[in-house]
Amino acid sequence: MTDVTDTKQMAYIAAQAADARVNLEIETEGMTLNIGPQHPATHGTLRIVVKLDGEQVISAEPLMGYMHRGYEKLSEVRTYPQVTTLVNRIDWLGSFANEVPFILAAEQLMEVEAPPRAQWIRTALFEMSRIANVVLFLGDMGVQLGAVTPVFFAFRDREFILNQIEAVTGGRFHPNFDRIGGLRDDLPKGWIEETQGVLKRIRDFCDEIETLVVGNEIFQSRTRNIGVIPPDVGLSYGLSGANIRSSGVDWDIRRDGGVGLVHHELDWKVWTHPDGDSFARFWVRLQEVRESCTMIEQILDGIPAGPVMAKVPRIIKVPAGEAYVETENPLGVMGYYIVSKGDLTPFRVKIRSASFNNVSITPWLLKGVYVPDVISILASLYFILGDIDR
Amino acid sequence: MIQLSSPEDTQPEEEETEIPQSDEAREELVAEIEKELGNALIATEITPEVDVWARVTKEAWLDTARILLHRCNMKYFNFLSAIDWMPSPYGRDLDAQVDQPEPITPEEMSWGITGGETRFQMLARVHDPENHLGISIKADLEESDLSIESWSPIYPGADWHERETSEMFGIVFLNHPNPVNLYLPGDFEGYPLRKDFALLSRRIKPWPGIVDVEDMPGEESEDEEVEA
Repeated sequence: MTDVTDTKQMAYIAAQAADARVNLEIETEGMTLNIGPQHPATHGTLRIVVKLDGEQVISAEPLMGYMHRGYEKLSEVRTYPQVTTLVNRIDWLGSFANEVPFILAAEQLMEVEAPPRAQWIRTALFEMSRIANVVLFLGDMGVQLGAVTPVFFAFRDREFILNQIEAVTGGRFHPNFDRIGGLRDDLPKGWIEETQGVLKRIRDFCDEIETLVVGNEIFQSRTRNIGVIPPDVGLSYGLSGANIRSSGVDWDIRRDGGVGLVHHELDWKVWTHPDGDSFARFWVRLQEVRESCTMIEQILDGIPAGPVMAKVPRIIKVPAGEAYVETENPLGVMGYYIVSKGDLTPFRVKIRSASFNNVSITPWLLKGVYVPDVISILASLYFILGDIDR
Repeated sequence: MIQLSSPEDTQPEEEETEIPQSDEAREELVAEIEKELGNALIATEITPEVDVWARVTKEAWLDTARILLHRCNMKYFNFLSAIDWMPSPYGRDLDAQVDQPEPITPEEMSWGITGGETRFQMLARVHDPENHLGISIKADLEESDLSIESWSPIYPGADWHERETSEMFGIVFLNHPNPVNLYLPGDFEGYPLRKDFALLSRRIKPWPGIVDVEDMPGEESEDEEVEA
């Protein structure tokens, strides 16, 4: 650990310990607690070995690999169009968003650009997969803190978004719709009007969640000042997405980098929160869903006419070279480093997934917190196991 | 109308007549690293407005991280991994090994951007979240000594990435706080992401998706283009 993080960590633990004088005064016995691999709070099969002193966590060590599928190795024996099928399964709640950075990296190597219409539809689907993903988080966060109702609303309203994604791509969870040079197909008839209606429902859902959860006193006391991540620490661990924006870092690749998608042509706002606690992470995500609705509404009004596929050879051979492209996915920054040797298959694909970095902070973050807060912190970091064990 | 482009369309002459773009921010970054590292910086490459790469010596690996964090404001740790540049001894691996009775003559090793000299190469990426610049760093690793300094004292996030790289490529990270396997069981043998680690399922039967890249009957595939 660096000096900086160490000092901050000690200060953090000291602050937590100040609340827990009882632990210093009463003799407590250490114990080891296994959270997972099968636990609702772990979104899959993450196992966390927590060493406790009374109610306080001394150390937490996540153990992964229960679901590792070796996509980096498998990508080396798949052709470029076949790889999108694999990467669909990384973050299974926002699948379309996984395909986009891979396709963009391949396009960068091939020096192909998707036609404007394809880019606009791509951005719309990209943001819709964000909604499909984060809406579930907004409901799920409640359920993990003991409020069962929100998750039913989340599943109910996510269905509408999934229906719209299915209408375009044919797949509810794994669209596999993005192609090098554009998209598989155009939008179906009547889709734009329907989607406008669905976005209204999603906005209503956000309002509903805001009144149900955000204003709730129990929710606030379970999340405020719990699991505070200082911006420097978050950056050095490679946290991204809403996790780092809720620590006050104003950085969003959709605005600040962004190749191939049309976010820079839309009018929207990057939300940040200065607190860096569990509540901030929830709040920022809630605002981001609303912002996604704003973006999609503008896209629906502004999709240009034209083809959805550029001219690319049917058999795709990507010229030799290296490219790294990252996008702001629902869970955070997702990027692919592709090494090509001019063959049908990539020579090496390094998948930089958001949750891997986001969860790597847990040993640091969980040190010194209380057992119930472990759940609230894990829930607020919001990871998908497929995104860690890819 | 929309500009359609593809590698086939792009004439090489056009590319040559393009005005070479300059990228001051990335050039400054490279200059800063060069000033600090001196001879330890072996090669750099800038793709204007896109990306920048730098290859450093193995000895300067840890210093590079320090310079990037403290001098170049690269506060954001992105990822760390490695590349095995050896061509696969099993050929393209798209073909079933049962169909290939003759041993495959290995291709010659070739390297990507910023070149290389050894089979294994470290690959790390850091980012400047304020000026929105990212840089990929590489370093050669001699096969006789696959060890390198850990970045985790500088970037704590490198911890897990190094554990993954270690188990997947067999690279040893010196001064790593917790050098145990991340994904694989402790008694796993072999290093899965090395090119000579056979993907067994591929050796037994061909990948069914292979039909996707075969010529369709009666069509000349190379000239066939997807309809716009």
